[in-house]
Amino acid sequence: MKFSGTVFKYGNDVNTDVIFPGRYLKVWEPTEMAKYAMEDIDKEFAKKVKRGDILVAGKYFGCGSSREQAATCLKAAGISVVIAEGFARIFYRNAINLGLAIMACPGITAIANAGDRLEVEPTTGEVKNLTSGKTAKAKVLPPFILDILNDGGLIPHLKKS
Amino acid sequence: MGKTMAEKILARAAGVRSVSPGDLLDVIPDVAMSHENAGLVSKSFKEIGVSKLFDPDRIVIIFDHRVPAESEKTAEGHKTVREFVKKYKIKNFFDINTGICHQVLPEQGFCRPGEVIVGTDSHTTTHGAFGVFSTGIGATEMAAVWATGKLWMMVPETIKVVTEGKFSPGVFSKDLILHLIGLLRADGADYKAIEFFGDAIDEMSIASRMVVTNLSMEMGAKAAMIPPDQKTFDFVKTVSGKPFQAVLPDSDAKYCRTVDLDLNLLAPQIACPHAVDNVKTVKELAGTPIQQALLGSCTNGRVEDLEEGVKQLAGRKVHPEVRMLVIPASWKVYRQALDKGLIAAFIDAGAVVLNPGCGPCLGAHQGLLAPGERCISSTNRNFQGRMGSTQAEIYLASPATVAASAVAGKIALPEVRS
Repeated sequence: MKFSGTVFKYGNDVNTDVIFPGRYLKVWEPTEMAKYAMEDIDKEFAKKVKRGDILVAGKYFGCGSSREQAATCLKAAGISVVIAEGFARIFYRNAINLGLAIMACPGITAIANAGDRLEVEPTTGEVKNLTSGKTAKAKVLPPFILDILNDGGLIPHLKKS
Repeated sequence: MGKTMAEKILARAAGVRSVSPGDLLDVIPDVAMSHENAGLVSKSFKEIGVSKLFDPDRIVIIFDHRVPAESEKTAEGHKTVREFVKKYKIKNFFDINTGICHQVLPEQGFCRPGEVIVGTDSHTTTHGAFGVFSTGIGATEMAAVWATGKLWMMVPETIKVVTEGKFSPGVFSKDLILHLIGLLRADGADYKAIEFFGDAIDEMSIASRMVVTNLSMEMGAKAAMIPPDQKTFDFVKTVSGKPFQAVLPDSDAKYCRTVDLDLNLLAPQIACPHAVDNVKTVKELAGTPIQQALLGSCTNGRVEDLEEGVKQLAGRKVHPEVRMLVIPASWKVYRQALDKGLIAAFIDAGAVVLNPGCGPCLGAHQGLLAPGERCISSTNRNFQGRMGSTQAEIYLASPATVAASAVAGKIALPEVRS
């Protein structure tokens, strides 16, 4: 598993209400959810994002509600991995459980800008900015979490075991 | 070495002797609660492919987010859950006529000191007011809990909050917790538990304690607990026939941080747009015009909150340019408020009384905001776009401040009334 894609970059404390607004919570289909992803913070996101792209953010990404639709909509929109200075705990768990790769990487916002190409190796934590050549080191996920991600999320993981 | 409440409760729920912060445990929760998102949970549960629930009696489902259904899509969701509940014989199901999950759960006797609750709602921290380790999880994770009865948890470090002094008139538990959020900031307790101590906490009603633990989520807390006392035991015994084993922190427990709060100097607080940690004093904001005032929610929709609201109205009318919405937190609260004449007082003042539920708090229905409008609210979140337009503003304050502002037509300090 290695990720490579274009960066969409956001600031600190991005909350689940702007990632997936409450007015759409009645929507259950991931492909439809993807249309509303990030709508209240970046109306262009859903139109521009391509499969494999990478979301970079500051500290405490995903704070607020426990709605896992925040992770579902990003995954369905095509985001391959979310790399942030840090995460809110419920979003962190939800992303893993839904099979959306997620990595805490102190210093990521200093080396990645919107539009840059980034390459991420989750097993070693190596992050390389292919546009600028700068690098960073993300925290490596524990093996049992990597297992869940490799299986595609908690449900396929449980089915397997 | 002494242990915190989180460490002791999680050790018991994981069936191990002793744990320390950072330990990863398989925890068996005593109660697994969800609301409308039980629809999503049941969908994931079916995908796992097991034929039965781990223990249907631990599952509690309470409809509150969109009640009654505001759209055909929600109606379909409700229907799916009702069918699932019947098929899998889940007896703890509460339909649209019960109230908000965080109020109904304790009312129905599911909050027992020393136990573990997981809920598919971030404000599940509320139940720590009863000495419960109670935390929010996502729907997929809940499906796994339904199927396997357990989930992994990391034992959190704990912050100790100690209050000193007494509340001044017009200052309430809402002001205390908003002030604390302003101090610690939105991520100040991320991945951590909080324990609350002090005379003011001891003297607080159960309802006021629930405000503190509910809003602790807005500092990122994994769990927020008030050590159970006689008041807790009296409440729990009236609603639950089941025995429980209360857990108290050891006197030499190790905390990662201690925060002292002097309540004598605390003035009414208000969280300004668009973050709950953007906290100022009401005095600084006084005079800002408002178009909506919302009194209710799992944070502040209980009888004492409605009483404070009525006290501020004091027989006067809601300002003609303000829509005041009142939402009792549950049917029980609604009924008591009726008996006490509170509902009549709100109606006479020109407020709109809505049925118990989450209402417009999360922007689903019942009183959304237009661009450029401002709402003062007793709820727990003021994120951009949360209650309708992304160009609207939400201010969070105590029920007294909300009602005083509704009468004034602008943000106003509560008047001191007995």
